[in-house]
Amino acid sequence: MAGSGTATGSAPAVRGGTASRRGGVLVRILIRLGVFLASLLVASLIIFWVCNALPGNVAQAMLGQSADPAAVRALEEQLGLNRPFFVRYGEWIGGMLTGDMGTSYLTHQQVGVQIAEKFGVTAWLVGFAMVLALLIAVPVGTFAALRRRHWAGFVTSGLSQLGLAIPAFWAGIMAVWLFGVWLRWFPANGYVPLTEDPAQWLAHLVLPVCSLALVQSAVLVRYVRSATIEVLSEDYYRTARAVGWREIPALLRHGLRNASLSVVTVLGLQLTTLLVGAIVIEQVFALPGLGSLLLQAVAQRDLVMVQGTVLVLVLAVLLVNFLVDLSYLLLDPRLRERR
Amino acid sequence: MKRASLWTGVVLVGIVLVAGLVSLVWTPFDPNRVFPGAALQGPQGAHILGFDQLGRDLFSRVLAGSQICLIVGVISVSIAALIGVPWGIAAGMLKGWPSELLMRVADILYAFPALLLAILFAAARGSSTWSAMTAIGIATIPAFARVARAATLSVMSSDYILAARASGTPYLMSAVRHVLPNIAPVLGVQASVSFGMAILAEAALSYLGLGSPPLVVTWGRMLREAQTYMFNDPALALWPGLAIAGAVLGFNLLGDGLRDLLDPRLREAV
Repeated sequence: MAGSGTATGSAPAVRGGTASRRGGVLVRILIRLGVFLASLLVASLIIFWVCNALPGNVAQAMLGQSADPAAVRALEEQLGLNRPFFVRYGEWIGGMLTGDMGTSYLTHQQVGVQIAEKFGVTAWLVGFAMVLALLIAVPVGTFAALRRRHWAGFVTSGLSQLGLAIPAFWAGIMAVWLFGVWLRWFPANGYVPLTEDPAQWLAHLVLPVCSLALVQSAVLVRYVRSATIEVLSEDYYRTARAVGWREIPALLRHGLRNASLSVVTVLGLQLTTLLVGAIVIEQVFALPGLGSLLLQAVAQRDLVMVQGTVLVLVLAVLLVNFLVDLSYLLLDPRLRERR
Repeated sequence: MKRASLWTGVVLVGIVLVAGLVSLVWTPFDPNRVFPGAALQGPQGAHILGFDQLGRDLFSRVLAGSQICLIVGVISVSIAALIGVPWGIAAGMLKGWPSELLMRVADILYAFPALLLAILFAAARGSSTWSAMTAIGIATIPAFARVARAATLSVMSSDYILAARASGTPYLMSAVRHVLPNIAPVLGVQASVSFGMAILAEAALSYLGLGSPPLVVTWGRMLREAQTYMFNDPALALWPGLAIAGAVLGFNLLGDGLRDLLDPRLREAV
């Protein structure tokens, strides 16, 4: 290994460069798709392995830790759990592809049906929180960048640093106390489906969405700020200012698209954190979403339900990452036109 | 304003460290001792923060809670660094597909948020402090791998590495003697930031009841128990929450401050 000189060392990079230049956008999209599918495969293997191969497997979990080993073996026999790992994994994935995510051994509920039922609540929660976090973070981050040498900029940066350290679930608990118990502006917990009563639905979502979004926007503010600072030092921005554009129009006209690349990356990461944050926030406000489903399944050690729910959550994360990768190609003409 | 964040970070982290060490040998009262009839009482005499829902001294419990937050932070960051750093250095020093493969695997692991992996572990193996620390540690590996790789790439083109390679120094020796010391400061920043994230993940896990067992005092579990008594005594949820926020803020600011120290250009820009 040590013998390979520096000259040969740089060769693969050059080769990779020409290949992608020849390939064009379609090949890039296909490569991304391949990476996405491979990641999904590996992730599903990890999930299935943790749930089925580590000590404390399904049958043991159903009967309890102190169960008679003979009874555990009998139950494994009955459920077909003593068959080889990959046979069972194949069965699980095969079922998944045909839309059957399995049936809980404990509650005999269909995993897919349960997930579909709860998915909406989590999606609304995460979606609203994402939008609200953006609505807060973009103006605040831009302001912090423009006034970065001013005390107001320092204060904004300090506040975002503080927001970064506050756990969303604690913000939720304090919001329950302040707005739910003390001021009684919003219901403290629970959920009303949209189809039943839209006004009540919205009222029940206000506190969870706000506590999730406020903390999340603190992270976003930092990225928007540094992306804006970068634009402020670019030649095209200085030129625009020199020919008479005011700060905000110049930023909107020239900066937005350039800054949007890094913000899209962060949005992807943020959606992941929001999804995980939602699991905890649902618990604070007793919302019947995917998080509650997962935690209930964990409490009952219902591993079939756990592996299904976790896979759906990881699928969401991977899908978001894939879409972020694709959006690079759309947002950055330099990448798109390279053929 | 200069180095304000570094010093605030040092002070906050120092407070948590001192609280954790002192509470090992001394707390005003035994954190698990129940004072009969004192449940939910406000501050009085030596009980400066009052009592919790069972009549235990709140201040002693907040102090004792710093232990588990430090232990989880140290162990999970160590797991992540011990695996992630060699991983990232290897990816940075190797060329072509082996490097590509290493980073792809790290990317896949990156799709598992710490909390989700910890919940998965808790479901499969039962909840314990160890399962929480392992899960958070494993989920943090990719962060270290990425930072170590990027830092390695930037030192690989420096003269001393070229000289070492030209004189036939073996890869492994070069990695330990030339790369590691030079990327150590960047890894320190990452360790500080990861420490804060580990505290947040552990707090959330304990809040969900999937962390350490009930008798171990954790800030997250205190919040979980306090939530039931929000109508009677909101202060129960205030102090553990402030403790978590303070500890995380400390490690974040420390990381930021170190980063600014390392990179004078960044300090100029800010």
